[in-house]
Amino acid sequence: MARYIIRRLLQAIPTLAGVSLISFVLVYNSPGDPILIRTFDPNITQETREILRRQLGLDQHWALQYTSWLTGITLRSGDVVEEFTRQDINCNYVAGLNATFCDSGGGVLRGNLGTSIATNQPVWERMVERMPATFELSVSALLVSLLLGVPLGVLSAVRQASLFDGSVRVLAVVGNAVPSFWLGLMLIFYFGVALGWLPTGGRRTVSLTNEFDLVDRISHLILPTIILAFGGIAGISRFMRTETLEVIRTDYIRMAKAKGVAARRVWFVHALRNALIPLMTILGPTIFGVLTGAVIVETIFSWPGMGRMTFSAAVQRDYPTVLGAVMFFSLLTILGNLLSDVLYGVVDPRVRL
Amino acid sequence: MTVAQADSSTLTSLAAEPQLRRKPRTYWSMALQSLRRDPVTLVAIGFLVIMALLSLLAPVIAGGIGIGPNDTNPDNAFQQPYLGPYIQWRTGLDPIRAPLMLGKSGGVPHWLGTDQLGRDQFVRLLYGGRVSLGIAFAATVLILILGVTVGTVAGFFGGVVDDLIMWFINTFVSIPGIYLLIIVTAMFKPNPVTLTIFLGLFGWFGTARLIRGNVFKVRALDFVLAAHSVGTRNARIMLQHVIPNSMPIIIVNAAIDIGVLILVESALSFLGLGIQPPTSTWGNMLNRANNFLFLRDPETEAYVALHLLVGPGLLITMTVLALYLIGDGLRDALDPMMKNIR
Repeated sequence: MARYIIRRLLQAIPTLAGVSLISFVLVYNSPGDPILIRTFDPNITQETREILRRQLGLDQHWALQYTSWLTGITLRSGDVVEEFTRQDINCNYVAGLNATFCDSGGGVLRGNLGTSIATNQPVWERMVERMPATFELSVSALLVSLLLGVPLGVLSAVRQASLFDGSVRVLAVVGNAVPSFWLGLMLIFYFGVALGWLPTGGRRTVSLTNEFDLVDRISHLILPTIILAFGGIAGISRFMRTETLEVIRTDYIRMAKAKGVAARRVWFVHALRNALIPLMTILGPTIFGVLTGAVIVETIFSWPGMGRMTFSAAVQRDYPTVLGAVMFFSLLTILGNLLSDVLYGVVDPRVRL
Repeated sequence: MTVAQADSSTLTSLAAEPQLRRKPRTYWSMALQSLRRDPVTLVAIGFLVIMALLSLLAPVIAGGIGIGPNDTNPDNAFQQPYLGPYIQWRTGLDPIRAPLMLGKSGGVPHWLGTDQLGRDQFVRLLYGGRVSLGIAFAATVLILILGVTVGTVAGFFGGVVDDLIMWFINTFVSIPGIYLLIIVTAMFKPNPVTLTIFLGLFGWFGTARLIRGNVFKVRALDFVLAAHSVGTRNARIMLQHVIPNSMPIIIVNAAIDIGVLILVESALSFLGLGIQPPTSTWGNMLNRANNFLFLRDPETEAYVALHLLVGPGLLITMTVLALYLIGDGLRDALDPMMKNIR
């Protein structure tokens, strides 16, 4: 098991390298100027803009920018030690190559995701600020999809071909076809505006005292959680229905029934336990779905999480923030898939990792 | 009496017996036959055909109503749908409201109302369908071309080629697709053509994986060995033997992919990253909708923008639902080869 996990983690390295290269190339070869967002200040002249561009390394070839993003080491032709040395940047001129090497002490490989162009904050700091909100929303959505999806699927298998079964199946198909942003808008209108029961967005009511208010937090969480969990509920209930139907055709279930075990016990002890095993395989995809959905849900509900941060960073062309967020989400995806494979091995002794 | 002893006239009459007459049945005619017995799929196909026709005929219909998709009329913003009042007018229930609405809109019936600029919602939905459906169809074609080619090559050759391709695919699949699309669309500001290309370029990985899996199975079958042994070239084996055997997967996948792409495109356009106004798509018609949720008529206190919210969302849902149902129906119809997917 330990060897399997280590092997999978090692395999993740080339994948992450590929992810970084792909996203870097995409971001840096796109048209548009990140400096523009800093030039809303009318006092900035064309000259300062050029200096800023040079300092951020945006005038260089993307391959050089990529290595500098990875390692924190910048390479420039000529002797520019004077221009680039600052308290946090250390430059050395190598006469033989007629080039200056600057070391900012950062770089992704050294655990530094760089500085946001838009806010001048370290990217990692920005992400850490936003993480609790995204974490709160994703975990509650995951829990809700499991707590609703599993019973719905199992019950509809128990009552196969009943009205309940039919409606769960219809719900599952429709749930995959409804655009989440539209459903979100409808719910915001109905529960937030027309009935006025729930807040229409945000993570908490803004107040001067800033006190923690659990009821307020939960009421803000309800609508986004429902929307984010919708796809998961649909997927999990459909999956659990198929699995349960498969399990009840097995010999040990027939055996249990023949022995005279009570029907309820057959279903919820013998069948459910074994039907739950394959659920581990869709845990990875479900986490993936929640992360994907988070962008849209956070945007419509003005939820101050990482999805919305990535979205606005992309619109503002804040390259370092976008790249940091993409790397983070890709890492989560890889870990989610690993978790789901490992758990499958843990709960099902027939699977050897 | 054996057949040989029977006189020819009996045989002829037997052959003419309609119950005994049978056309030779191919795989595809069997699939078609089982599809004919599947009312849900037929209804879904019918709905999709109607949607496609309405979108294609958008200019004609708009011409008949007498208004274009981008004709604004600020004096008549947020007009409610004309359909209900029209029926009440015709049935004599409310003889005043419909003519009043017509007067306000300059004689043009806005069947589904108007938006914040007084543009006709019905006509914009039709034109939006052209863009939304067109992009999804075209991107699916691109996905199939890329996915089938790459998947077939990877599965057919195996070994290093397969390893490299799979590394590439696994790398891309690790980035949540919507983030990738948000990045490129936010930075490139796409038009319909470039958006189609982006959706195609970032959408073929799943298809390639499915095809590759199937090719692994087909590659091991005897007729491929036979083709190899008579010296058929690899390219010809792939085109003649391998790809046709992936056809059921390709068809089912295409239907579902179109549905998924409609959702993706509408989400991007909703976020303001997809197709830019004034061109309408079902997604970008909802783009400003969250600002209108709170709008009320100052006199009657009624919410005035709900009709703008319902239409595009319902059309997206129903179209995507139809495509998913068609995918499911086709999977059942093409079953003999499809037992192993999903």
